[in-house]
Order: sequence, then structure tokens, then C-alpha cells
Amino acid sequence: MEPSIFRYIWRYSRSSQLVVLALVAASLPFYFLMLDLPRAIVNGPIQGAGFESPDATAVFLGFSLSIPGFLQEMFGTAKWTLFEGFKLVRESYLLALSCGLLTLVAINGIFKLQINTLKGRMGERVLRRLRYQLFDRILRFPSSHVRKVRQAEVASMVKDEVEPLGGFIGDAFVQPAFLGGQAITALVFIMIQNLWLGLVAGAIVLVQAFIIPMLRRRILELGRQRQLAARHLAGRVGEVVEGALEIHAHDTSHYERAEITGRLGHIFRLRFEIYRRKFRVKFLNNILAQITPFIFYSVGGYFAIKGRMDIGQLVAALVAYKELPTPVKELIDWDQQRLDVQIKYESIISQFNPEGMIAPELQDPDLYDDTPLEGMLTAIRVTLADEIGVKLLDGVSFAFDVRSHVAIIGPVNAGQEYLGLVLARLAIPSGGKLSLGGRDMALMPEAITGRRISYAGNDSVLFARSVRENMLYGLMHRPLTEPVIKDENPKHEAMERREIMRSGNSRFDLRADWIDYAAAGAQGPYDIENQISAALDTVMMGEDVYNLGLRGSINADEHSLLTENILQARKVLLEMLQLPEYAALVEPFDPERYNQNATLSENLLFGTAVGGAFATAGLMDNDYFQSVMEQTGLTPVLIRMGHSIAETMIELFSGIAPGHPFFDQFSFIAADELQDYQEILNRAARLDLEFLPLHDRRRLAALTLDYSEARHRLGLMDKALEQRILTARRVFAAGLPDSYRGAIEFYDPAKYNSAATLLDNILFGRVIYGQAEAQSRIGELINGVVEQLNLRWEIFRVGLNFNVGARGRFLTSIQRQKLALAKAILKRPDLLVVSDAISLLDLSSQQQIMHNIKQHCQGRGLIWIGGQPDICKNFDQVLVIEDGKIVEQGKYEDLSRNGGHLPQLLAVG
Amino acid sequence: MQLNDEVELLRKVALLAGIEPAKLKLLAFTSQRINFDSGQSLMRQGEIGDAAYLILSGEADILVDAGGGPVRVASVGRNGFVGEMAILRDEPRTATVTAITDVSTLKITKESFFQLIEDSPKIAIELMRILAKRLETTTIDLTGARARLRAAGMEEN
Repeated sequence: MEPSIFRYIWRYSRSSQLVVLALVAASLPFYFLMLDLPRAIVNGPIQGAGFESPDATAVFLGFSLSIPGFLQEMFGTAKWTLFEGFKLVRESYLLALSCGLLTLVAINGIFKLQINTLKGRMGERVLRRLRYQLFDRILRFPSSHVRKVRQAEVASMVKDEVEPLGGFIGDAFVQPAFLGGQAITALVFIMIQNLWLGLVAGAIVLVQAFIIPMLRRRILELGRQRQLAARHLAGRVGEVVEGALEIHAHDTSHYERAEITGRLGHIFRLRFEIYRRKFRVKFLNNILAQITPFIFYSVGGYFAIKGRMDIGQLVAALVAYKELPTPVKELIDWDQQRLDVQIKYESIISQFNPEGMIAPELQDPDLYDDTPLEGMLTAIRVTLADEIGVKLLDGVSFAFDVRSHVAIIGPVNAGQEYLGLVLARLAIPSGGKLSLGGRDMALMPEAITGRRISYAGNDSVLFARSVRENMLYGLMHRPLTEPVIKDENPKHEAMERREIMRSGNSRFDLRADWIDYAAAGAQGPYDIENQISAALDTVMMGEDVYNLGLRGSINADEHSLLTENILQARKVLLEMLQLPEYAALVEPFDPERYNQNATLSENLLFGTAVGGAFATAGLMDNDYFQSVMEQTGLTPVLIRMGHSIAETMIELFSGIAPGHPFFDQFSFIAADELQDYQEILNRAARLDLEFLPLHDRRRLAALTLDYSEARHRLGLMDKALEQRILTARRVFAAGLPDSYRGAIEFYDPAKYNSAATLLDNILFGRVIYGQAEAQSRIGELINGVVEQLNLRWEIFRVGLNFNVGARGRFLTSIQRQKLALAKAILKRPDLLVVSDAISLLDLSSQQQIMHNIKQHCQGRGLIWIGGQPDICKNFDQVLVIEDGKIVEQGKYEDLSRNGGHLPQLLAVG
Repeated sequence: MQLNDEVELLRKVALLAGIEPAKLKLLAFTSQRINFDSGQSLMRQGEIGDAAYLILSGEADILVDAGGGPVRVASVGRNGFVGEMAILRDEPRTATVTAITDVSTLKITKESFFQLIEDSPKIAIELMRILAKRLETTTIDLTGARARLRAAGMEEN
């Protein structure tokens, strides 16, 4: 990238800059006229020059060209009048000139508006390009650099730190031209009025223009340090958040506090120093600005008295001078911004320019060809060194057919993971050569390595999308269809395309279908899910996704068939629950009965809250709920019950340290609210409950909402209360206002509840507390029903929609590994590198998955790294790596008997 | 059964004797009452365990499978405490416990258990006593077994 921001801006916005500069040049004559007009007004109509006789007139808007002397004979006149103008008397002339002044102000304003709009667009375009290029560079970072950078810092550079550059881009050339032009115009104008005044004004401007920036330079340096310190602070905060567990595990929170305190102190000192210097400069600036009027009034006044200057000139000079500080000050600001931005630009660029960047040619999307990888995979003295020169791989040499199945084994940390990265072309050797079918792998385009080779490591990253999208991610190399554009304004669309071209962004349209179905062996969108399912089954993840589906929810309007089937499943399950062996497992929801195993609020609402209106957290404050409680006389009952819960909670949890998991798991009252409730109880000890403040009463009543007698066993419910709650349930449903219709989905035995999960919809009740193995027995039951009604596939498909969360945090770590591996095999690569990718699974699952994968890769290449050493007997070739070197290569039968390294490994493993 | 009744039951458990009622109440509140039918297993050998069980009523067999099928090594009844080894060591269960009558238990999770020990060092001491007793029993059994083996001339030396 260009080393200087000016060169960068010029390169990418030259034509627009020239247009704006031309506009600036065109605006300057009008500016001059605007300065000159006050003189004409004061001297002419106000002071009466040319209006000595009462009926004298002046010419307004007359326009004539003076003809140079040598041409005068030819034309026979010294002046060539283009427009005679209007003859006006004194008052009208004053008004006309004043209106003229107003018009000039408007014209100058319009120029400014135009210039600023163009500048803004130009700036945004270049900013868009800059952000895109930075992102493009991230995509081309070598893997060694990716491991080193802090994500938060890089992200904040792309997001925040380039922002001020955007503001500057439009100003870079235009601002000095515009402001400088105005300043020079004003100065020249003053000089025309009076040379001396002009020189004085010029001198002071020069002082301002040179001394002040000099003083400011130090401020800029400090600003740069401040930026650096702030960035490190951000990085540190990110690190702390990531390492929160470490901190609690070692009680180092105070160390971290002290550490941050130190950083904040450093930033404080820098910022304070900047302020001090800033205001000092401001002070100097103000003094200089005020000296000039002093000289103008005194010296200019003196000239006027002596008649060496007329009043009009003095006024005009003063007006012009008043105009002068603004452009000068802004120019100085511009200069400061220039330095500032240049520093920022350099610091950003340096971060985005690591050694060993992937050449753009390697990512050329057109370099794909259809021929499968074949031939020998040969390594000749391949070496990989980290940034400090430690050799992770040390002169590795081997050769095998790319279609064979190879196991790479060795002791822990022998360098096998790096070998895996190198073989998948995710790291480029720092020495030696790796070739495939005679082609140097370092020069193979990503379009081939990324499609023909697949890699699954032990920390593969999942994105915060659905399981389906994560699976398909490995198939989205470039758009394969025309984009589907729905009722877009064609003009808008064309503008969008133009802007993309102008800012050099990606030409590919996100709305097209990017999925390479053929690579996964599918025909199209309709059968790709079969392939996804097969891949998930290969890694024993199909069951997991089905279970995610059971815990997912669907919209009844969009899935009418499935919801009908689920209702059918509910019916079948209900019948089975009548059988004696399943009795006492589930208590179904019954509109006429209180559900002992559900909470009080569930029994009251008898439905699932949609959105916040009836969510438990704010339920007691909901006006409609309140009115139902009052109407059914439940309010005092709930307050008494809440009082009793509060007493028990304070008794049980007062001695527990805040932050103990018990609070989350068991307490009705959060740790930081215990004290509040203690105070409410104190007040309640003095007053009757009904005289407590409304707020207290509501807080007590709110405690009852999550109460379930079966679970909490505090002995607070009885049959009479259950009956009253059933009454309230009916009242609540019957009187529900229209405005709250969408805020709750009632439990209806004959209706699907879109707000609840599939599982809850099938179960339609609550699991009874205290039954051994209830969960697994119900699981079996439901599986049976699902099989019987043939719903498995549809539920699995719902599971594919499950959003795995950032880095897949909504999945277990084992599921994350399995999903990442499934993603790697979906594209059916010619060479699959599995590097310690299922390390978290138990041994028998690892065995099973390995066999499945080997089956899957029949006729294609597989490199297996990690796992128990004895798995290598299943592979065609075994490479033994020790200390970054390949110490043995051969068939298992030969190596296991030769008394070399493999038998030793087998003995230890 | 209500919480206060459970606290009454807990007070009668030897291990928990002498602990103030408020702590017992917390233990009861943070623990789940689980009922097993005769023949159901409280835990299975080899599984990862996250809870111990206090038997409130009924009887259960402790079975160990050393490779030749499950062998009954002991039985526990009311006030018996099983499964605490797994939550102390985070290791798979070393035995299977199967109910031979209907068994009612209090399932004590790892967190509840450690909270209890933190609150009452007495429990820790009592626990040590129980573990020491078990170690002693095991050592005696082992010595006896070795002696028998030697007598049969089977032990290698």
C-alpha cells in the first residue's frame, strides 16, 4: 500500500479531486466580489460619492470590457459595453447593492454546499476502499501472523481507527486549495485597499501559520502515544474478558485491577499533557488574532484621517480581515489533521503489512480447474520456522501417493500439527519444497488448495450461524448463479454497482447462490441436506443435530405439516404415558388442573410468553396481570407467600459468598438483592403487609412466580390456593386485551405452540420431579414416538437451523469438533487432512469415526494426525515424526517389526 | 415430603450429625429428592459422576465388575452415603449401586457437597474417618487375599 496517505488518496480519487478543485477555483472570483461590495456600498450610496446632485443615478449591473490601447483604434472605443445596466437613484442603488451582497453570500454558500457534498462522497468512497483493502489484507495474512495478532486490535483498526481518515480524505487536497485560495484572495484584497495594512495582516498570518503548527507538533506526538496506549488498553481488556476464568482460578483480579490502573494513569497523563498544551496554543492564537484589529483600527484610522484611505476601503479591509482568521485557523487545523492522519495511516498500514503475505494471484478465483489432484505428494527438506526462528519442522522429506491413506504419528509436540498445516497448504514452508503431482504447492492457487484439499484441526472455528450454514461454508467459493434481486429499484441497484466499482470492492454479489452443490455430490438445494446428513452421520453428529432440533422451535404458520405431525406425536405420547411402566414420569398440561411440577406463573399464564410483556422478570409490573391479580383477590395471598419465601431465602443464603453458583441455581433472590429484601422484611416486621409500600409488595409477590411445590418443597401451596390460581388462569385468558394477544401463546392441547420447543410441544407437560432416570426414559419414549411417526428427518432439519453462536459456544466442545470435521468432509476433497480433530472424544468414538472417515475417503487421499499410535495399522503408509523430523516412513507391517521408533511409540501409547 | 421433614431426616444421618439445622436446610434445598424403583441403578461403574446419594430409605447393593461380571461387595441402607468418591476425585464411578427395594435418596451435587464441607469442617473430619475406615477394611481384605493366594502357591514372587 502507498506509504503516504496523500499518495493513497490521490491514486484512488484523482478525477473527483480535480472536479472539486475546479469548483473551488470557480468560486474564488465570487468570493472576491463579496469582499469588494461593502466598499462600494459605503463609498457610493452611504457616503454619497457620485450622488452629489439629488437626481444623480448610478449604473447597476453594467458590464463592459476595457479594450487594450493597441486595439482601441480598431474598435474605435476604449470600452466595450456588453450590458448597459440599470440606472438607479441613491436609495434604490443602496438597496440593489445590498441585495447583490446577499446574492453573493448565497452563491458562495451554494459553492460551499456543492464542494462539501462532493468532498463527502469522495471521502466515503476512499474510506470504503481502504476498509475493504485492509480486510482483503487480513484475508491474505500468513497463518503465522494470524496467530500473533490480537483480534480485537485488528478489528478496532478496521472499524474505528480508519474513521478519522475518512473525514480527512475529502479535505486532503480540497481544503488547502479552498481555504488557501480564500485567505490569499482576502489578503490580496486588503493589499489593494492599502499595501501597509495588507503587509501587516500577511505578517501576522505568517506568524500564525508557522509558529502554531510548530507548537502543535509535540501535541501530535503525544496524541500518537495516546492512541497506542488506548489500543493496548483495548487489547488488554479483551484479553481479560477472554481469560476471565484464569483470573478467578488464580484470584488475580486485583492484579488485573492494578494493571489497568497503571494503564489508565498513563493515558490520563498523556491526555492531560495534551490538554495543557492545546490550551496554551489556543491562548497564543487568540492574542495574535486580537492584535490585528488593534493595528487596523489605529493605523487604518490614522490613514483615513490623513485621507490616504477612504472610509469604504477601511470598512472593506476590516470586513476582509474578519474573514481572514477562519480560513487561516482551518488551514492550521488541516495541517494538524494532516500530520495526525499521516501518523495514524502509517501505524495502521504497518500492522497490515506483515512479512509473507499471501500474493493476491494465489487467491484469483478464476484459477480453478476441474482436474482432481493426483500424483505423488513429495516433500524435500521442508522446514518451517516460527517468527523467532525456532524450527517447528526441520528438513522433513517424504513421498507418498496423494490418494493413499497416511497416518502421521509421534510423541506429543513433535511438530505433527505443523506438518498438517503445511500439507493442507495453510502454512508455507520457510525452506525446502513441497510438491504435488510435480507442482510446487507454495504456488498453487487457493482456488485449488481450498477446494481440493480439506483440513480439520482441533480448534477449527465455527461462525455464529446455523449448523446448516456452517456445514455449507466450505462450499461457498464464488457465486454460481445470477443474484436473485427482489423488487429492487433498478436505479438504486445501478448506483450500488457503480459505487462498488468506484471503491474497488468485491464484484461478487452476496445474494447469488454460492453453494457448490456438485462438489458435495448433490444436484441442488433440494438434496444437499441428504449430503449434510450423511457427513454428520460420518462423524456421529446426526443424533446431536436431531436433539438440537427437538430443542428448537418452529413457526406453526410456516411448517403446517410438521406441526400437525408434532400434535399427532403429542397424542401418541399421551397414550403411552397412561401405561403403568411410564406412569409418574410426566404431568401433562391440563387446562382444568394445577400442574404440580410447573411454576406458579406457568400455572397462572398457562402459556409461553412471547416477547417481554409477560416475561417472568417484569410480570408483576404488567398492568393487565396486576388487574387480574386484584380481581381474583390473589394479590394479598401472593404477598404473604412471597414474604415467607423471602424469609427462607435470607435464612439459607445469607451466609453464602456473592457470586457462588448457588445463587444462580437455587436462590429466588440474587446475591445483590438479599440486602434489599432484608430491609423489606424489616419494614414488614413493623407494619402489616398490606400497609407496605406498593413497590415492596410487588417485589415480595414477584418471588412467588418461579415457585413450584414439587421442586422447592417449602409447603406454601395447598388445594385451595391451587383452585384460586386456576380461577385466575381462566380470568386471565378470558379478558386478555387485543393489545396483548401476540404476547402469549396459551397451552392448548389441540394447538401447536410456536413459542415453545418441539420437545415441549410433544411432551406438553412437565417432567415429574424426583423420578430416577426420568430424563433418559422420556428421551427413549419420545424417540420411539418420533420413529413411529417418521418425524426424525424433519426434526433433524429443524436442528440444522440451530444457531451455534459465536465460535460455536452454544455447542459442546465435542460437538464443535465433530461439526468442524463434518464441514471438512462435505466437500469431498481429494485430500483430507485430519489433525487431532476429534481429540476430545472418547477412544471408542474416535475409532468409529476414523473408520467412517476412511470409508468416506476411499479412492481419495487421507492424512490422519494424532490419536492413539496403534491406529496407524489401518493406514497404507505411516510417517513417524520426532522433534520436527521424519524419522521413519513405511508400511505398518514393516515398521512395527524393525525395532525402530514405531514399536517404542506403540509400547508407550 | 416438605423441606422441614427432610431436614428432620438429615439430622438422623450419622455423617451429618452435629451440623446446625440451617446448614442442613440449605443442603436439603440445594439437593434433589430422587426415588429409585427396586432394580434401578443409582450409578453405574465407569460412568462419570457428578453427584453423591444419601439414602433416606430402602436398601441397595454395591456391585463391582473386575472383568468377570458384577460381584456384590457390600450393601447400604438408610443413612448410607454412596458415590462421594467420584465427586471428590472427578473420576469414573468405581462401582455400580443398584436398588434392591424402593429407595428414596437425596441427590447431593458436587457444588452442594463442597459447600457443605466448606461450611462445616466437622463433615470433612467425619468423611476422613469414613475413608480411613474403608482404607483399613480394604487393606485387611488385601492382606487376607494375598495370604490366601500365597497359601495356594499362586502369587508370583
